[in-house]
Amino acid sequence: MPQPQDYQTLLPVIVLAVWACALLLLDSFLIQRKGLTACLAAAGLAITLGLTLSQIGRSSSGFSGMVVLDGFSTFINALQLVSGLLGVALAYAYVKRMGIERGEYYTLLLFSVVGMMLMAQATDLIVVFIALEMLSIPLYVLAAFNRTQAASEEAGLKYFLLGAFSTGFLVYGITLVYGATASTNLSAIFAAASSTSNLLLTIGAALILVGFGFKVAVVPFHMWTPDVYQGAPTAVTGFMSSGAKIAGFAALLRVFATAFPAIAADMTDILWALAAVTMILGNLVAISQTDIKRMLAYSSIAHAGYILMAFVPYGNPAVAPVSIAAGLFYLAAYVITNFGAWGVVIALEQPDGKGLQISDYSGLFWRKRGLAVAMTVFMLSLIGFPPTIGMVGKFYLFRAIIDGGFTGLAIIGVIASLVSAFYYLRVVVNMFMREGEQKIEREFWLDLTWGAAAFLTVAISLAPGWLFYLASAAGLR
Amino acid sequence: MIPLSWYLTLSAALFSIGMFGVLARKNAVAILLGIELMLNAVNINLVSFWRYNNPVLMDGQVFAIIVFAVAAAEVAVGLALVISIYRRRNTVVADEIDLMKW
Repeated sequence: MPQPQDYQTLLPVIVLAVWACALLLLDSFLIQRKGLTACLAAAGLAITLGLTLSQIGRSSSGFSGMVVLDGFSTFINALQLVSGLLGVALAYAYVKRMGIERGEYYTLLLFSVVGMMLMAQATDLIVVFIALEMLSIPLYVLAAFNRTQAASEEAGLKYFLLGAFSTGFLVYGITLVYGATASTNLSAIFAAASSTSNLLLTIGAALILVGFGFKVAVVPFHMWTPDVYQGAPTAVTGFMSSGAKIAGFAALLRVFATAFPAIAADMTDILWALAAVTMILGNLVAISQTDIKRMLAYSSIAHAGYILMAFVPYGNPAVAPVSIAAGLFYLAAYVITNFGAWGVVIALEQPDGKGLQISDYSGLFWRKRGLAVAMTVFMLSLIGFPPTIGMVGKFYLFRAIIDGGFTGLAIIGVIASLVSAFYYLRVVVNMFMREGEQKIEREFWLDLTWGAAAFLTVAISLAPGWLFYLASAAGLR
Repeated sequence: MIPLSWYLTLSAALFSIGMFGVLARKNAVAILLGIELMLNAVNINLVSFWRYNNPVLMDGQVFAIIVFAVAAAEVAVGLALVISIYRRRNTVVADEIDLMKW
């Protein structure tokens, strides 16, 4: 029988899941007032965030070691809930403008956040698998949410087919690990793996890496990303590009650092190569894009490469804590910047699908100064230019990687960032130096999202110590 | 008793056939069938590992049940998407669903 401690461990997840179910029922009574559904969804996320924050410093495990509550899960969950709140804020006016205002949107978003939070707390491969599906299936539906647009439908189908394909690899990998170690529990796998060296285990771990690599869009498992990010409703893309990435990296880190340190020697080389290829290809292909959503999609691929860089020395106990903390910091920095950038994209998008070309940003500075300055801040942050949080994140990251003895990888990363300056700055040049007209949507929550994101991007970079301290405290040990 | 390697060979073959189906077939429904084959290969793996490794605990069997429950949920969403596309375009051939390309 489950004990009170089990429920305590999983309390925020349970509360949010129950809230999402209740909202699904309640929504059918709120026929003409879908705005209220959004407010209730935001309230649920806020309450859960409060519960999560009240658990800071606590650690316990529950349900026979299936889930765990620790500093790492609290940090990731808080980040997930913030990105859920920002996702609701981006969607609130966007769904009205696009004529897709239906209550299920927010319910699906909540279910997806439940899966993401469970993913950070899972310490058993069965739970990892369930959590991954819980976050993915709502996202497939959300990607296809704008059914009147052929592109959105197509994005949903592509995401679904490739997502289910990659799930096959993930579960097959899990079964091989189960076969090699006779357990699905991460610490039991660790115990069994350190006593024997086993080819089955290595192949299983590699297949699990494929599954997660797909979720976080690492080259060569990134084919779906540009199409899905472009076709999906922009508010969904903003949420998906942050939330799914955080969850994927959290689970990747938890599984590899807890269960597979014994095969770190093999995995480090693979991770090294994946990170390098992802950074290079993501940034190079982004150069030729003319659509802002597609450009940001390739930018998100490139950033997956930077974050993956932090995981390369995961098996080295001397370096791993610092590099993981740097990775978590970079993840937080990416989430803030990314939401801001997508907020600006939404502000310029028109209901007929216009306003998404990079050339549509021409002369934005002379129409709407605040928006153009905010977009400039986000672009600089994505390059890693001071004074932005992206620069601080890259600084920590490259320092940790060089300390870990991977100077070659750090050099590739720096060169890739230099290349990326080319396409990010093209947006800035368009905004300041070209002539153009555009219609801009003003909505309170949207303005608040990009405004706050721009403020945080600059403000945290001036005093980044506390966030890095939180990230270090959240490290797995 | 039949050795474990026979089951594993069967499951690996099934997984490969499913993967080939996903990569080679053009029809979205056929791709979905390929994915189902891959997930069924997973179930054979799970149950046979459970039987040979540790038949006292039920974890392998329970995992197999979870896998096909999740697979069913996935197919429900997938077929809905396929039908929605078919209504609009009168085709489910993956090559013709190509609005977005780089």
